[in-house]
Amino acid sequence: MSKQYETVIGLEVHVELATKTKIFCGCSTTFGAAPNTQTCPVCSGMPGSLPVLNRKVLEYAIAVGLATNCEITRYAKFDRKNYFYPDNPQNYQISQLYLPICRNGWVEIETKKGGLKRVGIHEIHMEEDAGKLIHDEWEDCSLVDYNRSGVPLIEIVSKPDMRSAEEVIAYLEKLRLLIQYLGASDCKLQEGSMRADVNLSVREVGAKQLGTRTEMKNLNSFKAISRAIAGETERQIDLIEAGERVIQETRRWDDTKGESYAMRSKEDAQDYRYFPDPDLVPVAVSDEMLKKIRAAQPEFRNEKMQRYREEFGIPDYDIEIITESKHMADIFEAATAICGQPKKVSNWLMGETLRLMKERETDAEDLRFSPEHLAKLIWLADKKLITGSVAKEVFEVMFEENVDPERYVEEMGLKTVNDEDSLRKTIAEVIAANPQSVADYRSGKEKAIGFLVGQTMKAMKGKADPAAVNQILREEIVK
Amino acid sequence: MANIISDETIEYVGILAKLELSQGEQEQAKADMGRMLDYIDKLGELDTTGVEPMSHVFPVQNVFREDVVTNNDMREQMLLNAPEEKDGMFVVPKTFL
Repeated sequence: MSKQYETVIGLEVHVELATKTKIFCGCSTTFGAAPNTQTCPVCSGMPGSLPVLNRKVLEYAIAVGLATNCEITRYAKFDRKNYFYPDNPQNYQISQLYLPICRNGWVEIETKKGGLKRVGIHEIHMEEDAGKLIHDEWEDCSLVDYNRSGVPLIEIVSKPDMRSAEEVIAYLEKLRLLIQYLGASDCKLQEGSMRADVNLSVREVGAKQLGTRTEMKNLNSFKAISRAIAGETERQIDLIEAGERVIQETRRWDDTKGESYAMRSKEDAQDYRYFPDPDLVPVAVSDEMLKKIRAAQPEFRNEKMQRYREEFGIPDYDIEIITESKHMADIFEAATAICGQPKKVSNWLMGETLRLMKERETDAEDLRFSPEHLAKLIWLADKKLITGSVAKEVFEVMFEENVDPERYVEEMGLKTVNDEDSLRKTIAEVIAANPQSVADYRSGKEKAIGFLVGQTMKAMKGKADPAAVNQILREEIVK
Repeated sequence: MANIISDETIEYVGILAKLELSQGEQEQAKADMGRMLDYIDKLGELDTTGVEPMSHVFPVQNVFREDVVTNNDMREQMLLNAPEEKDGMFVVPKTFL
């Protein structure tokens, strides 16, 4: 390869909004319900049914637009995108083509070299999700569940401003954080509440015109996105080097095979024949509505990080990790407000929490323990009512089930034994059982005391204060 | 008739509409569509300088619902409309993704 190529990438990101009901009807959006139990004539496309816009969808879409520096369209409307597929019962998807709710925005990402780069946002529009198709293994048919049909989505269309997989991932992370901070969605790629389609073309470095692009679908992890970008870049360069043309088409990424294939044929041509939806009235965004949404914008990550630095005196690295998840930041702030010990709360999050998250493959958004319980655990340890090792043991149960640590310690009899008599009794037994170690300590081997402390703690089932054990052991041996 | 619909166009429209037309039906549809376009072209004769495109027939805007669940499980009724059902779902011809 003698020529130098550059990859040009734009993204279409679909985000499922965290509303209680669907975009155009009062059906619940709760995940995991039995098939078709959350459907009605509107979201299953029955003739004569009429859609009515969920106000919350509009508010979330505007909030995301404001957070991404977009112009808010003051007079917006909905259009029908026509296509036939069984997951789309109306034979059209209600979307926005002509007057989308947000346009011309940008977000800033950090580049690998540590600089800042703006990625432009072409537009954000509101639309409805499709149903789910299940393929029957036994009979020659497919089955449709319309529970997801009509779940609200926003589609965020970027400008072709990204040049590498790293930039794409930085951009997605940025969007994820903004939207999670807004509470507008949980943005989980794996579960499909955030989906990214990659539009990619290559061109010779320095070329002014863009090459022909392809659109890649079915990317459900950051790793899959990186691999798909590498694979598609290579495929397009190979075509060009071989003197062939790149065809503008939609391709489906198969992550297990590490390759993509063209999805559509002439039989399902992409001609959506958009036209305004006559069933939905236009949306006029008033000054008051805009003012209200602007006033309700939360503190975003950068501001939060700045405030943490000033208020809490915890390391920058901790701040970075904690604010990477809105949920974890909420736990941190609430627990700190109760116990007044930011450093200790941070230590629990950075230590045991991250360790268990990694071990159990849990997402920070799914942490279940409450800040009240974490604060209580810190208090129990501070008051020396439990030892450090018992605290870790209790935390693990809290991590799983959000138990009240005080009650759990009580019920399981985990309180530190501060009764000196029983401690001395156990220590006497340990000394009697380990004459060699005792002799070693007496002959100056300081390390031997560690072993004896360990034996005592084991005999006490971890419920003794190690410092007290250490002190009494030394006294007893020297006697 | 000013608008002539080509064979390719009628075939393409057939694909989009998922219709299989016989030779006779194709000819009939070509003539009908040509006349429809002629009729629409009539509108092109109007001078619309300075007229905003209409978004809706009625001067109504901002009709919203609040984000409150109002529908119960009505699967049974919904499935009454299914030509065939299985495991609480609508049965359709096999589709591939």
